[in-house]
Amino acid sequence: MDDAARRPAIGAAKRSHRSIERSRWRRRLGRGLFYAMLAAGGCVMLFPFAWMLSTSFQTADALLVPPPQLIPSPIETGNYAAVAQAYPLGRYLLNSLAVAGTSTILQVLTSAMAAYAFARLTFRGRDTLFMLYLATLMVPLQVTIMPLFVEMKYLGLVNTYAGLLLPSIASAFGTFFLRQAFLGLPRELEEAAFIDGAGHWTVFRRIVLPLSLPALATFGIFAFMASWNSFLWPLVIVNSPDLMTLPVGLSNLQGRYTTSWNLVMAGATVAVVPILLVYLVAQKYVVRGVTLSGLKG
Amino acid sequence: MVGHRGWRRWAVIVAFLAPGLVPLLLFTVGPMVASSGLSLLRWNLLRPPEFIGLDNYAKLLGDSDFHAAALHTIGFVMGYLPLVLIGGLGIALALNQRLRGIAIFRAVYFMPMVTSWVVVALMWRWLLDPNGGLVNHVLGLVGIQGPGWWTDPVWAMPSVIIASAWKDLGYVMVILLAGLQTIPEEYYEAAAVDGASRLARFRHVTLPLLTPSVFFVVVISLINNFQVFDQVWVMTNGGPAGATSVVMERIVRNAFSYGQMGYAAAMSWVFFVALLILTAVQFRLQRRWVTHG
Repeated sequence: MDDAARRPAIGAAKRSHRSIERSRWRRRLGRGLFYAMLAAGGCVMLFPFAWMLSTSFQTADALLVPPPQLIPSPIETGNYAAVAQAYPLGRYLLNSLAVAGTSTILQVLTSAMAAYAFARLTFRGRDTLFMLYLATLMVPLQVTIMPLFVEMKYLGLVNTYAGLLLPSIASAFGTFFLRQAFLGLPRELEEAAFIDGAGHWTVFRRIVLPLSLPALATFGIFAFMASWNSFLWPLVIVNSPDLMTLPVGLSNLQGRYTTSWNLVMAGATVAVVPILLVYLVAQKYVVRGVTLSGLKG
Repeated sequence: MVGHRGWRRWAVIVAFLAPGLVPLLLFTVGPMVASSGLSLLRWNLLRPPEFIGLDNYAKLLGDSDFHAAALHTIGFVMGYLPLVLIGGLGIALALNQRLRGIAIFRAVYFMPMVTSWVVVALMWRWLLDPNGGLVNHVLGLVGIQGPGWWTDPVWAMPSVIIASAWKDLGYVMVILLAGLQTIPEEYYEAAAVDGASRLARFRHVTLPLLTPSVFFVVVISLINNFQVFDQVWVMTNGGPAGATSVVMERIVRNAFSYGQMGYAAAMSWVFFVALLILTAVQFRLQRRWVTHG
């Protein structure tokens, strides 16, 4: 009797054990599938980079003979030297670094100063002026580029570093973004400093800037990447190879070498590596910086 | 009394403002204002400018190249937007889970976003090269004769769209992921208690609460991508046979290749106003589909 009564219960326990086992397996399988899909997607995103790198080490002959090889054999390291010999690739690289570096430092500085004025100083017309700042965010380069070029022509700055740099030494977006960050800082420290006789410059430099390092870094990286990747203005304002930045130099390379993809990809790799290094080191700030603005540099 | 102290106070204010304000006035506000004047001139920068009133705008009405470019631009955006929205949403949903390794995937998906358009365009031009490109080789392996991609007027714009969507997917993903993470866990729990299925939870909790992020992405993407230029310039240069000629390409070409500064300025104004109207319309329409918490 007892046994008979117990049997179904044992059966049920066994069954439920089995179904738990089965659902665990199903979950594992689901998770495996899920990772497989993510990995497949990840390959789609990574593969063009891998292919670029691989092509940059291929010989011209190997590229002509199918099937394409992911691992080049033989490995041709001379492509980089070949591009660098035909084109001032090193010069492009230095120009990009110099222009992006200078414009980033200046943009962070000028934006932070203006942001301090908007966040901490009170003066007549402040809010109106700030609205004007915001309004300039709407102005696209395509509307200003012709008069800007004419202006540079009259200033004698066409085909100069100054012409390349000047339009990107201040940023309305940076001012807006840093003002927001400064408004979030506690005022007690600043008030204490003022009581100790500090002026605005000291407070700005010693208190506000150090406390806003994450915001400054976020905007700085955004500014650097925007400048590093910018194409249209450098394309228009500069025409001598000595002054070209990497994107413009690369786009020229392609016109001449339409079939020499190994050389073009070597050039492209040189342009990508620095920015990917920045991304690896400061990923959090890069994602934040690029995402926050939503606007292309 | 106002004198000395007031003067010092303004000196401080000007000192903080001027370094940012002066360049902005000189290189953004000034050119913006000048641009409207420029659009009323005929000027190739070599001979003195000539005032021609609204002739440039009238000329636009009959410029079939410009009309074609406008259509190509719209075509580009209509191909690009669904791709990045659906793709970005899919990836964001997949990554919005507490699983190991998610951070790595997120980093990988965002990688193309930090790469310059020129490099992306070159990479894809090579991948899609009709002779020796990898994509056609792989298609060939499964018995498909790949198209001529950027060398074929029909396939050139899709080529540009593929490269562009590939690059921007990570951006859309990051914005939507941020949106997903603001949805409170309690809503899902409440829905689960009510016996809502996974699909029902997605339809009635996730989607409505994600609409503000989707709206943001759509507005920003439309503004940015109607101005598509870099990747077109490098991948196809507007060709073949003008098949990928877009509005920005027309503006740049007219201004800097054909020496028609005034005409290009007129184009840029028409285009700018069109974008403003489009954005305004979107803000009006958002009330119909965006959920506000």
